[in-house]
Amino acid sequence: MAYFDAASTEPPHPSARDALIEALGSAWADPARLYGMARRSRMLLDRARADVAAELGARPDEVFFTTSGTQAVQLGLLGVFRARRRAGRHVVVSRVEHSSVLHAARAAEAEGGEVTEVGVSRTGRVDPAEFAAALRPDTAVACLQSANHEVGTVQPVEEVAAACREAGVPLLVDAAQTIGRAPLPGGWSALAGSAHKWGGPAGVGVLAVRKGTRWRSPLPEDERGYGRVPGFENVAGAAAAAAALRARAAEMAAESARLSALVDRIRAEIPARVPDVEVQGDPVHRLPHLVTFSCLYVNGEALLTELDREGFQVSSGSSCTASTLQPSHVLEAMGVITHGNVRVSLPRGTPAEAVERFLDVVPGVVGRLRESMRGSGVSG
Amino acid sequence: MNSGSVTIDALGRKCPIPIIMLAERINEVPLGAVITVLADDPAAYTDIPAWCRLKSHQFVGSLEIKPRGWAFNVRRSY
Repeated sequence: MAYFDAASTEPPHPSARDALIEALGSAWADPARLYGMARRSRMLLDRARADVAAELGARPDEVFFTTSGTQAVQLGLLGVFRARRRAGRHVVVSRVEHSSVLHAARAAEAEGGEVTEVGVSRTGRVDPAEFAAALRPDTAVACLQSANHEVGTVQPVEEVAAACREAGVPLLVDAAQTIGRAPLPGGWSALAGSAHKWGGPAGVGVLAVRKGTRWRSPLPEDERGYGRVPGFENVAGAAAAAAALRARAAEMAAESARLSALVDRIRAEIPARVPDVEVQGDPVHRLPHLVTFSCLYVNGEALLTELDREGFQVSSGSSCTASTLQPSHVLEAMGVITHGNVRVSLPRGTPAEAVERFLDVVPGVVGRLRESMRGSGVSG
Repeated sequence: MNSGSVTIDALGRKCPIPIIMLAERINEVPLGAVITVLADDPAAYTDIPAWCRLKSHQFVGSLEIKPRGWAFNVRRSY
């Protein structure tokens, strides 16, 4: 079996598992209380916060644990939007953001906001000049992903951040796909991430808000979560998230280079071995572990099912694999083939042999599916 | 926008069927002539122009049709 869906969720890092079990046993007491056990919970939480902050290039008091990456995005976008009412209610996002960003922007719209979506190139990359041109004097907040979750294209965050700084607009960076896998861009005002994407546990997100960036919670007041995130803190989850991130950061340079070479091999070999395939995303400005391609004349759902049968777990942006029967908004925005789509995202430790086996299996699977579809055009 | 001399009815068919129909039947029109695809799967709206780009045929344009869907015109280039 080969699990190639790390962009959905990375298998838990062994150090996260250890830290989680340890903290569940020793740090379950209420970190808001004052007795010894409670102080130990608080210390573990604070240490997790400091460790995560160090990896993000932030100060500990700029970092907050949320209940998910989605909640981090929601609090980041809507919190800055709320705090900047006086500046205006205009929001700028790219068209290829994660759905959590686009839904949060819709929520801002429902509060009287106006949203501008900036388009992307055929490879899914934002043009910094076009993004800069969308900024207005009444723009409350802008949001750009560090890298795209479906095609792996890395966005020009630092150029966009410079334009935002010049325009006086805070930039929220959705770094969910990058944290723990590649160095993070600088220049952000707020940054959101998700622990299960870097090998930490599910149920832990992270939001960093730079000192000096105005922010007001869109949720009812609560003294928990350092006053930013409501509810009893997930101390064990935070400790496990921090442990995973520390471990990933230590391995990152070597492991990302290794996975990136495997992705280069997939990018070169799939079109060489399978006719009528479009490999998507930017070949150079890309995440180390992710590659997406579309096979003409093949049903995406059937392709996933067949690959699963062959022992490969992958994801797809094709409409037949979505509950809405809509193709991926990312592939649509890029104007590329949406059917027969496969996203391969390699988790830490993927052996080269598994990728070779995948390359050997795909041509046959695609060929068989195409054969089964032949004539479906004329038979009506 | 005028329709092509051949019209493929892919209404109600999900991708990739409309694309397969187009690929299988484009040679029914002469070189330089236009073939029309009627389709209502939202994926077709992205996939037909993208297919034309990949296969080096010319995407002429699309027109909304009632009650739903589009007529896509494609010019055969080779």
